[in-house]
Amino acid sequence: MKEISKPIRKVDDQDKIEGKVRYIADIEFEGMLFAKTLRSGRPRARIRSIEIPELPDGYFIVDANDIPGKNRVKMVINDHPFFAEGEVNYIGEPILLVVGPKKETIFEIIEKIKIRYEDLNPILTMEDAERKGKTFIDYEFTKGDPDKAFEMAEKVIEDEFRTGYQEHIYLEPQGVVGICEDGKVTIYGAMQCPYYVKGAVMEGLGWDEDRVRVVQTTTGGAFGGKEEYPSIIAGQVVVAALKTGRPVQLIFDRDEDIMVTTKRHPSVTEYRVGLDGNGRITVLDINIKLDGGAYGGLSGVVLQRALFTATGVYNIPNLRVRGSVLKTNKVPSGAFRGFGAPQAIFGIEMLMHHLAEKLGRVPLDFKMDYALKTKDTTSTGGIIRGEVKLPEIIKEVEKMSDYRRKHKESRKFRGIGLSLFLHGCGFTGKGEESIKGKVTLRKKGKDVEILTSSVEMGQGATTTLRKIVSKSLSIPITQVLYDNPDTERVPDSGPTVASRTVMIVGGLLDSAAKELRERWDEGDEIEVSKIYKHPGYIKWDDKLLKGDAYPEYSWGANVVEVEIDPITYEIEVLGIWAVYDIGVAIDERIIQGQIEGGITQGLGYATIEVMDSVDGELVQRTLTDYKIPTSMDFPKIESKLVRNPYKYGPYGAKCAGELPFVGAAPALASAVENALSVPINRIPVTPEYLLEVLSG
Amino acid sequence: MMEGIFRINGKEKRFTFNPRSRLLTVLRENGYTEVKEGCKEGECGACIILLDGRLVNSCQVLTASAIGKEIITVKGIGDIHSPHPIQEAFVEASAVQCGFCTPGMILSTYYLLKDNPNPKEDEIRKALDGNLCRCTGYVKIIDAVKLASRKMGEK
Ligand code: FES
Ligand code: FES
Repeated sequence: MKEISKPIRKVDDQDKIEGKVRYIADIEFEGMLFAKTLRSGRPRARIRSIEIPELPDGYFIVDANDIPGKNRVKMVINDHPFFAEGEVNYIGEPILLVVGPKKETIFEIIEKIKIRYEDLNPILTMEDAERKGKTFIDYEFTKGDPDKAFEMAEKVIEDEFRTGYQEHIYLEPQGVVGICEDGKVTIYGAMQCPYYVKGAVMEGLGWDEDRVRVVQTTTGGAFGGKEEYPSIIAGQVVVAALKTGRPVQLIFDRDEDIMVTTKRHPSVTEYRVGLDGNGRITVLDINIKLDGGAYGGLSGVVLQRALFTATGVYNIPNLRVRGSVLKTNKVPSGAFRGFGAPQAIFGIEMLMHHLAEKLGRVPLDFKMDYALKTKDTTSTGGIIRGEVKLPEIIKEVEKMSDYRRKHKESRKFRGIGLSLFLHGCGFTGKGEESIKGKVTLRKKGKDVEILTSSVEMGQGATTTLRKIVSKSLSIPITQVLYDNPDTERVPDSGPTVASRTVMIVGGLLDSAAKELRERWDEGDEIEVSKIYKHPGYIKWDDKLLKGDAYPEYSWGANVVEVEIDPITYEIEVLGIWAVYDIGVAIDERIIQGQIEGGITQGLGYATIEVMDSVDGELVQRTLTDYKIPTSMDFPKIESKLVRNPYKYGPYGAKCAGELPFVGAAPALASAVENALSVPINRIPVTPEYLLEVLSG
Repeated sequence: MMEGIFRINGKEKRFTFNPRSRLLTVLRENGYTEVKEGCKEGECGACIILLDGRLVNSCQVLTASAIGKEIITVKGIGDIHSPHPIQEAFVEASAVQCGFCTPGMILSTYYLLKDNPNPKEDEIRKALDGNLCRCTGYVKIIDAVKLASRKMGEK
């Protein structure tokens, strides 16, 4: 069984190295028109009037009036309009499209359109939203008896942590093409979730499913940024195609993409900790607030993951966990690798670090006093069923990084930090059960085609899924086919999100392959389908937020060593060590790619990726202002895997895509704390922030 | 509109273009879509080409200034029938994820190895500083450059 992890040559690389592969911006459709969006320049206003200049022949305006169905984009909270309807709620909100054959002319028309606004009072900060009680959603749950535990506590400590925006910067900006032919629409584009797009377009048009087709084109990175956002622009181009009778292409340029697409939720988290006479934690009160921006979208689900991850890898007997998504007149926040978990893990890890320092303990030892073990109860009263291999993970990472010695010998301006973390695999709560992902394998002669809506976006899904099927059928991987999903051909296996592709969809493919193997001689053409069913032992109550929030968890530990320039306070990362339990890797090298990419994004989040909003407008609006890590920023990442097969995962695999992101920021921030002996309560940790903290 | 002749991947091409246009746009409009647009600000390196042997961000070059010059894109250094060792190395080292940065990365590597066939790690990092990659964390890309350097040394 071990050999499945052995790396193979990725199947989709050849076209990419030659530059042959075509992303959406590289595809010409006959008679295609271009579109450009006119957007709100105000954070909150009523639109008084829109003055359109006389349009040259062949140019069109497309707006809310052209939407035949519902002018709301189907997400989880369906509140974002495809086009503004009389009012706008954030700077950058789409109002209309100008569509036509020449880009320059489109720009000229946009310049000439005049909008008169009547400004309304906007909410521009989380504090303001909180004061006014503006939230999309609030949750609360408890474990044990937190009130009594606080009463009994010898000592109560409070702490607060903040995290900032993060922009995905997938290298390929957002883009879609809509085509309307014979009473049917087709959408091509960069996306993670073909069936989300399909659902949103069906509602926008008020059409049934036979008339809407979605085809994913090779996607140049996504990281959650192409989870819900493509639904908005798909709806827009489809309406434009309907109106013009021609294919319509909408591709963002980078500035636009940075300014208007979803970002990672900024957060503020407050902690109250009760300690007994021996300095043991008896109770935790956690309050996580996320900045949702102007529309709800997926934010409620992001908050759920944040809350269910709020206690990290620790078992605390008494808990009150609550949180809210605040409504502000800013660009909507949304899905981004980790999905609420990074904010939660940053907070709890830093809190544990602060407590250890206060109590004079080595942070690692202090943390291990509370570490979850097999059969422990989670914060929501679920059960940790799989073997918890944290001790083994820690032993490895200590050995690789020499953490203990370096921690003991740390001196001014040089420090080492460590984070422990987990990630719940697959959808939160009832998600998997309600989606009921389906896959199909189609045998044709000696070849077998994988039919799934899971997409390749750089994470290696094509190779990984083909590897699983080839192994389970005992046929060469060259006989296993997979193409970019087309909803006309593939069933709805659910979206490509939540680190669920290998564990859930791969698991379904594995069982389909095993059945096909049995039936191989029945004929030349055979189809086998499988539909997901939750393992029977999983219980979840959506109302009470009680039970198993996730079917299984992956785990990890990161160590980061830093040196800080005593004059400029710039942080230099000297070493990064990482160990994970993801069950079994289907391909070790692909997993390394996820680890290295995820950690680098996480370290960017923790240090240089600064994005602020002032008066409802983002300050960093270009790649010149918003910096992401380059090849010069971080040293080589040393990583290792601890094997821990999961019974229900294909070949023992659990989740891996998001996990590497979540541990990086707290490891870095605690290293900075260690180097400077001052508490860090915020990321990104910029030199300006350090100066502020150091000068008290 | 202007007209000019360019030598692209060894072939002469004549284009008509707007005098204010950038080379990136004109190349892409004429089918050279392997040259990617990631920012148009000179920040990401996705649009990198070789212009008379120099490495440039084509989004920062006025098309008119490139008339008569030699342009090489990633398609000009190899294909499936005769892949360049650098391309081979990128696949073998698993340095490609979403692939959007790859054409630029490969050309930056090509340019580096031409003058410095055995670069040290910090020289590699410096040479790739202008190429953003959001997927890989650069680790496997740096491995690929080292592997390419070894492969080319063997030839
Ligand atoms: S597109 Fe030219 S540098 Fe980004
Ligand atoms: S492989 Fe995706 S940006 Fe580099």
